[in-house]
Amino acid sequence: MSSHPQSAAHGQPMVHEHIVPVSTYLAVFITLLIATGLTTWVAFQDLGNWNVVVALVIAVCKASLVVLFFMHAKYNKGLSRIVLVGAVFWLGIMITFTLADELTRHWQISPQPWAGAIIPVIHRLLF
Amino acid sequence: MSTTATVESLPNSSAEPQVNYLNARYGVKSWLLTLDHKRIGLLYLCTITFMFVVGGIAATMMRLNLLEPQGALVEPETYNKLFSTHGIVMVFFFLVPSIPATLGNFLIPLMIGARDVAFPRLNLLSWYIFVTGCLVMLYVVCTGGVDTGWTFYPPYSSAYAHTDVFLAAMAIFIAGFSSILTGMNFVVTIHKMRAPGMTWFRLPLFIWSLYATSVIFVLGTPVIAITLLLLGVERLLHAGIFDPALGGDPLLFQHMFWFYSHPAVYIMILPSMGVISELITAFSRKRIFGYSFVAFSSLAIAVISFLVWGHHMFVSGQGVYAGLVFSVLSFLVAIPSAVKVFNWTATLYKGSISYEAPMLYALGFIGLFTIGGLTGLFLASLSTDVHLNGTYFVVAHFHYVMVGGAVMAFMGGIHFWWPKITGRLYPDLWARFAALVIFVGFNLTFFPQFVLGYLGMPRRYAMYPAEFQALNVLSSAGASVLAVGYVIPLVYLIWSLKYGQVVGPNPFGAKGLEWTTQSPPLTENYVKTPIVTEEAYAYENAPEPEVARV
Ligand code: HEM
Ligand SMILES: [Cu+2]
Repeated sequence: MSSHPQSAAHGQPMVHEHIVPVSTYLAVFITLLIATGLTTWVAFQDLGNWNVVVALVIAVCKASLVVLFFMHAKYNKGLSRIVLVGAVFWLGIMITFTLADELTRHWQISPQPWAGAIIPVIHRLLF
Repeated sequence: MSTTATVESLPNSSAEPQVNYLNARYGVKSWLLTLDHKRIGLLYLCTITFMFVVGGIAATMMRLNLLEPQGALVEPETYNKLFSTHGIVMVFFFLVPSIPATLGNFLIPLMIGARDVAFPRLNLLSWYIFVTGCLVMLYVVCTGGVDTGWTFYPPYSSAYAHTDVFLAAMAIFIAGFSSILTGMNFVVTIHKMRAPGMTWFRLPLFIWSLYATSVIFVLGTPVIAITLLLLGVERLLHAGIFDPALGGDPLLFQHMFWFYSHPAVYIMILPSMGVISELITAFSRKRIFGYSFVAFSSLAIAVISFLVWGHHMFVSGQGVYAGLVFSVLSFLVAIPSAVKVFNWTATLYKGSISYEAPMLYALGFIGLFTIGGLTGLFLASLSTDVHLNGTYFVVAHFHYVMVGGAVMAFMGGIHFWWPKITGRLYPDLWARFAALVIFVGFNLTFFPQFVLGYLGMPRRYAMYPAEFQALNVLSSAGASVLAVGYVIPLVYLIWSLKYGQVVGPNPFGAKGLEWTTQSPPLTENYVKTPIVTEEAYAYENAPEPEVARV
């Protein structure tokens, strides 16, 4: 990981290279370490249905820090932003369609509990 | 019909060797440390040709085994390793990098009027990474192989297989990084390095298709890498990710695998489509019909290809609702594919067509790709797929697109640009003969497999019921014809390096910047940065071919 601001401008000279102070990198790094500790601690707590949600929220925060500061997304504009948004959107595609299977897999075999309540209502409305 | 073609008396087609990228520097080191995109393209060409031979040997042994219903050659366990090796090597170590890393590397800077790609060092690094992946895979093959199929489905791969699944997965993991680097390099190059006047809509369609391919490389490859890494983690550490016995979901693996691997089939076919656009225009000496439709259909394919992966999972236990959605979306991807086929055909209409070897490959491509693509629609229909899934029909389908399509275009492209790459021409008659042998051998090998699959012969078995023997023997016979068809070009192309007829900058009288510089080009590609003043494929003012048309 480059903690040396100059190393980003290695090779061809860039036009608008934002120089990030080392202190920022260190602060992000320490935050990431703390969040990792938190992840580990939370893994041993039973939060029921919230287990996955909490773990994912921490993970997303950590990933955002990496992307924003270490990958310089915070300082880049224009096309770089579009690329970033595109990548996140594509991840969304993967998750959405996978869930489209996961959430509908059992429809014919065992209807979801809420379906039992809703279907009679729909039936009454329609027929 | 002449092999003794007339050479125009251009200054640099004289006997005196001119300085070019091949003779500018000599020695092994000058190749292994080169930053020249053209030399790196050739390094890739040698590597993938070698891997093609490895994959081809596995295929030959499979076809020999299937000569007899009981299996004529190998134990069933060995057969499993053969088809796995064949699939992994051909997909990840040959076809994915085939056109992008060889012709793409060689041609992109030449075609857009640049001196090199945007990141020459990354380009060289990508080759070293690729070679590392190849070596790991070869190590696996030599030390007992892998038997999961190229698809690595758990829980077999993660819990039960006794072969070296982990290392095989890592070989692909490593090779994936070379794809990512290549894709990124191409995207930046095409955005930033175009010569003055080379606007987006003056780009050759080969560039558009490689741009679309690069986008898939960058967006898709990380997913297959992480998927195989997770598989490795589950296999080594028994973390419950895919194995239901550990609380995982095996379909999650299939989703993630095909999220990459369906777009990956378009990584294989999109560059071929780009090559075909160049060949069809050059040998009918006409503008492409509907330039922007062909260009945007590449991007449409790249995007839609990410939305259809579930068509590989119709009978895997995937939800019926998801299956419906994936089926409909799969039909959509056929539209931009068909746009291209129609536009090539329209380009041929009233063209001044000649039948040089590259053109024979291009015409072969159009027919075979159409059959491959249309049978994809059979498979994308929910109900017919229940019958055809897991049979030889699927095998025939994807070989029509991948071999009849992608490999044919690769061969056509190599023949078209060979004089540019080497400065020499291959024997024309042999080249056209080989193209014909490949076409016949290919159809003889794979058409019977449509029938076999329809009749119910399952894929990936070392044995089969006796009633299927006749068609299997036909297929194996075709495979030997096909093998001959691949060996002939290997021989005469190598021969031509020393004895081939020396040609000038533009033997076929084609349009495109790459034909305006000497053959082989200078290390710097152009003496002066070219300035582009016309659209691609302005064949009205194309130069006369140096070699006689056939
Ligand atoms: C016209 C567009 C296409 C459609 C609608 C289509 C559809 C399908 C479907 C539905 C399957 C799954 C069949 C099954 O397992 O039962 C399949 C398999 C396959 N297709 Fe295609 N396909 C198309 C084009 C292509 C292209 C262009 C390629 C490669 C260059 C390709 C390569 C493959 C491969 C490798 C498999 C088999 C994967 C495996 O199970 O090992 N397809 N295709
Ligand atoms: Cu697919």
